[in-house]
Amino acid sequence: MFRIEPRKEPSTLMLYATPLIAVALTILSGFVLFTLLGKDPVRATLLIFYKPLTSFYSLSELIVKATPLILIGAGLALCFRANIWNIGAEGQFTMGAVAGGAMALFLFEVEGFWVLPSIWIAGALGGMLWAAIPALLRNRFNANEILTSLMLVYVASLLLSVLVHGLLRDPQGQNFPESRLFHDAALMPILLPGTRAHVGFAVALLAVLLTWALMRWHVIGFQIKVAGQAPRAARFAGFSGKKIVWFTFLVSGGLAGLAGVFEATGPVGQLVPALPVGYGFTAIIVAFLGRLHPVGILLAGLLLALTYIGGEGAQIAMSLPAATIQVFQGMLLFYLLATDIFVNYRFRPAPMKTAPPSTPASPTAQ
Amino acid sequence: MDLVANILIGVIIAATPLVFAAIGELVVEKSGVLNLGVEGMMIIGAIAAFATTIETGSILGGIVAAIICGALMALLFAFLTQTLLANQVATGLALTLFGLGLAALIGQGYSGKSAPPFPKLHIPGLSDLPVVGPLLFGHDFLVYLSFALGIGVAWFLNRTRAGLIVRAIGENHDAAHAIGYPVVLIRYATIMFGGACAAVGGAYLSIVQTPLWVENMTAGRGWIALALVVFATWLPGRLYLGAYLFGGITIVQLHSQALGLKVEPQLLAMLPYLATIVVLVIISADRTRARLNAPASLGQTFFASH
Repeated sequence: MFRIEPRKEPSTLMLYATPLIAVALTILSGFVLFTLLGKDPVRATLLIFYKPLTSFYSLSELIVKATPLILIGAGLALCFRANIWNIGAEGQFTMGAVAGGAMALFLFEVEGFWVLPSIWIAGALGGMLWAAIPALLRNRFNANEILTSLMLVYVASLLLSVLVHGLLRDPQGQNFPESRLFHDAALMPILLPGTRAHVGFAVALLAVLLTWALMRWHVIGFQIKVAGQAPRAARFAGFSGKKIVWFTFLVSGGLAGLAGVFEATGPVGQLVPALPVGYGFTAIIVAFLGRLHPVGILLAGLLLALTYIGGEGAQIAMSLPAATIQVFQGMLLFYLLATDIFVNYRFRPAPMKTAPPSTPASPTAQ
Repeated sequence: MDLVANILIGVIIAATPLVFAAIGELVVEKSGVLNLGVEGMMIIGAIAAFATTIETGSILGGIVAAIICGALMALLFAFLTQTLLANQVATGLALTLFGLGLAALIGQGYSGKSAPPFPKLHIPGLSDLPVVGPLLFGHDFLVYLSFALGIGVAWFLNRTRAGLIVRAIGENHDAAHAIGYPVVLIRYATIMFGGACAAVGGAYLSIVQTPLWVENMTAGRGWIALALVVFATWLPGRLYLGAYLFGGITIVQLHSQALGLKVEPQLLAMLPYLATIVVLVIISADRTRARLNAPASLGQTFFASH
């Protein structure tokens, strides 16, 4: 048998290896899953993980899907680093789409260089406002931010539904619950001609760069890291816990809001009740798979976007159930969390005889 | 009078799944483990019960299937957090995401079908009494079980030696380990009990409340159950108060049309979620009261160094 032993230092090798191991294990489990579903596992795996990489158009779609995942994931990583659990990014995404979409409808048929920035700022503010609620409730009333931010996801999606059924409904839309199509001046400029890939991806890359610089050089980045790894040390150092909560929630909410408005004025082109499709939750997986590091998140965002695109392809080509991809994403997070033990602990063969009592090491709690 | 009785019965039916899920989570948290995967275990319970009931025609078989599948989901969580020492918050989220996906995958062929009617208690004479009859003597057995469960859990935690050990582990797992209690083993047991309870709550949704299978039909009830445990300050009795309060809110939403309220249905549908937030704020604002019964080791990873 083996015994688990804490490492003196977290293993850097394992830190980078475990996401790859997790992906490999997920693909292996996918084989089992496809066989159980009565599908050809090799073909399904190739369709999901390889086929989208072989054509220009599906590569551009990869960018479309990765944009919201990277934007939201980069923000969530800041929260999770500080041990603050904003899991309501889906709601902040929706409110960003609502606020930005409302601005786009308000500026309907208005032209000008300032139209796009106004819409984007409105979107970011919408997300920040929604994220400010759990931050305020935690700082002021000590309310658990996990539960409040999650409850607000449902509220946001109902609010979107109310608005597209009423105030923001298309006047010429024969009572369909959707807004009118946004005016051309409000739509996301296209990055690659002939595709749906829009400048939002460039913004996402910028967000990756900025959050990376923030964590590396800015004092708030340092405070976030200390607050997450050693809360007591952070208190002794006099870092304001409340300030960290505000900062991480507002940044992650703003980025989720941007992702929302980009989605509404990008690939969707109008406000519809089905706008939130779970990017806010998938981005949680992206953040963990990317090791809460901006560059990792960029790669993880692309990988999960690949499962979306490939999954859609497999759905059409092999009539694979749509939920398969959701199961895949869940498994990926499980395997990642399971293999994480190799980072902080190592397995040693247990001694044959009863070991002499060793000096008790302090349990390393996460 | 019939309307009053109907409304009250509606409250009971809406509250029962919350009671099951929350009472299970309460035991888990009392042992010092925070399992945020209640939503995922509930939805797995819902589809396991529904599919088994449709395939075998046996409602009891459906409930047993839910219990087994819920406990298995919880076992996955226990293995990750107790044996592989994974972060409980992240693992709970993974359990929810995975459960929602897996349930949707299994549930593919079951949307549109409906489960056979669930038998209700009928005591000749007593159940026919006006108002009181249907309210006290006219429910399905799960409603009565939900009350028995609460009493059983309260008795177990406060009056038995095993319950004391569970609470000791939740308060200080290092001390409990030092005097020789098998911390990890006991936590495996409480986590699986919690999973089974959450799954029965889910089963109640799909085979009694609707009785249909709809994707994502738990609609956040697992999370509301988590909030209820905080609201109840980890006391089983107060948990019922909370669950019935939420049942009442749900029913207001359903009966508003009959009561002549002219409000958008979506705004009414927000009520349970907004109420959860309000309740959390009120309970958490008083820090001493909120922490009075909170297990001190809640959510912390336990590693036995020797």
